[in-house]
Amino acid sequence: MLKILKYSFYDLMRSRWSYVYFLFYLLLGFVLLFLNNDVDKAVITLMNIIIVLTPLIGTIFGVMYYYNSKEFTELLLAQPINRSKIFMGQYLGISISLTLSLVLGLGIPFVLYGLFKSTAIFNFSLLLVVGAFLNFIFVALSYNIALSTENKIKGFGYAILMWLFLAVIYDGIFLISLVVFNSYPLDKFSLAATMFNPIDLSRILILLKLDISALLGYTGAVFRKFFGTNFGMLISMGVLVLWVILPVLRMNFKLRKKDF
Amino acid sequence: MIEFKNLHKRFGKLVVLDGLDLEIHKGGIFAILGPNGSGKTTLIKCLLGMVIPNKGDIFFEKKSVLRKWEYRNNLNYLPQIANFPPNLTVLELIKMVKNLRPKESNEQELIELFGLKSFLDKKLGNLSGGTKQKVNIVLAFMFDSDLIVLDEPTNGLDPIALIHLKKIIQKEKDKGKTILITTHIMSFVDEVADEIVFLLDGKIYFKGTIDALKKQTNNDNLEHAIANLIAKQYA
Repeated sequence: MLKILKYSFYDLMRSRWSYVYFLFYLLLGFVLLFLNNDVDKAVITLMNIIIVLTPLIGTIFGVMYYYNSKEFTELLLAQPINRSKIFMGQYLGISISLTLSLVLGLGIPFVLYGLFKSTAIFNFSLLLVVGAFLNFIFVALSYNIALSTENKIKGFGYAILMWLFLAVIYDGIFLISLVVFNSYPLDKFSLAATMFNPIDLSRILILLKLDISALLGYTGAVFRKFFGTNFGMLISMGVLVLWVILPVLRMNFKLRKKDF
Repeated sequence: MIEFKNLHKRFGKLVVLDGLDLEIHKGGIFAILGPNGSGKTTLIKCLLGMVIPNKGDIFFEKKSVLRKWEYRNNLNYLPQIANFPPNLTVLELIKMVKNLRPKESNEQELIELFGLKSFLDKKLGNLSGGTKQKVNIVLAFMFDSDLIVLDEPTNGLDPIALIHLKKIIQKEKDKGKTILITTHIMSFVDEVADEIVFLLDGKIYFKGTIDALKKQTNNDNLEHAIANLIAKQYA
């Protein structure tokens, strides 16, 4: 598996898009620091960008890589390697290279700015951890979609729809249901609803750490009331881990019956 | 050496393999023929473990291959479409495949034979179709395995490369290897194959030597003899 990982990683690291992605974060980091002149505020702005953008990029890279390397995967399947090792290697290769672009792209400007002397270092690290989680989650989800969809165009469509649903539509439906059912106790419902969306979960996790009540929103407030700040962070981190593990398990399950 | 037993495979409603039985002995060149969509590639992919049959079993050197992978170390495969990661160079790809198989390899000889030396540092994305196919052939023949499976090996090759390919196939046969080939080019089959396996409707319709086929169909020309077999399906 490590060998496959190594080559997927090399291949991706040399693709133009990895550099574009890296340079985008680099630019973003510099611009935010110089416009805001305040690491704390920059972290909040970054959070808003990261929780939408990393899932999108992870989704697109995931489906694109799967369909583009299809014939090559067939060549690998004829080698004496276990099926699931091939796909786990590819999956980790994509996720790690995307995470590297994120960490280096944002890390360099922040280190240059003097992050190590600032108290924001923990907030910033958490931001990167959440970004990494979102990469791993959405690459896994998009790989699941690609494995289940033979048609490239359809696969791409479903993957983008999934992102749109989790990043935008989900919140809309959630808000509408809160308004419609506002005469009922909704605490439990909103708690559960948050768990089913990794993007919401990430947002709450970061805001709990930043301790900004104004931005927490209804779900965040319920979350904090119910679990408290520290336990809430632990729970949301745990659920994010589940969000990685479950799609990966399904991938392996799907692989056992898949024809190439 | 290879034994397919009562193999069934369906894709949705389409029945591709329908209770196929086939035994292939060690040594020699076997051409797997059949009209388009007769299940040639599916049969090969079942053997390679890429397609999982609905029913039946496959034995390679007396052991079942279903859900296993170790057996593939004694098997080389040339896929139909040569498509490689565009950002790796030819040399890196060869190294990678070598890395995946703990086995002796003789890629230098093949690289020289096919004149690939000047391409070794080029990225795979920049190669022409024929050159990619040559790389493909190097990857398939560089290991010393008892079974070699070639899916449409002549695709996109220039005449010189084709002559080299035939020589290599002959050389491997002389070493006592078993070689399975699928192709639509009958002159190629006539030249290299010892035995023909003809697939029709997901079953073995004919298995035997080229001479036996010619005799059975009353036809001296292999192309016409095969056409004769296929025509029965269209009738």
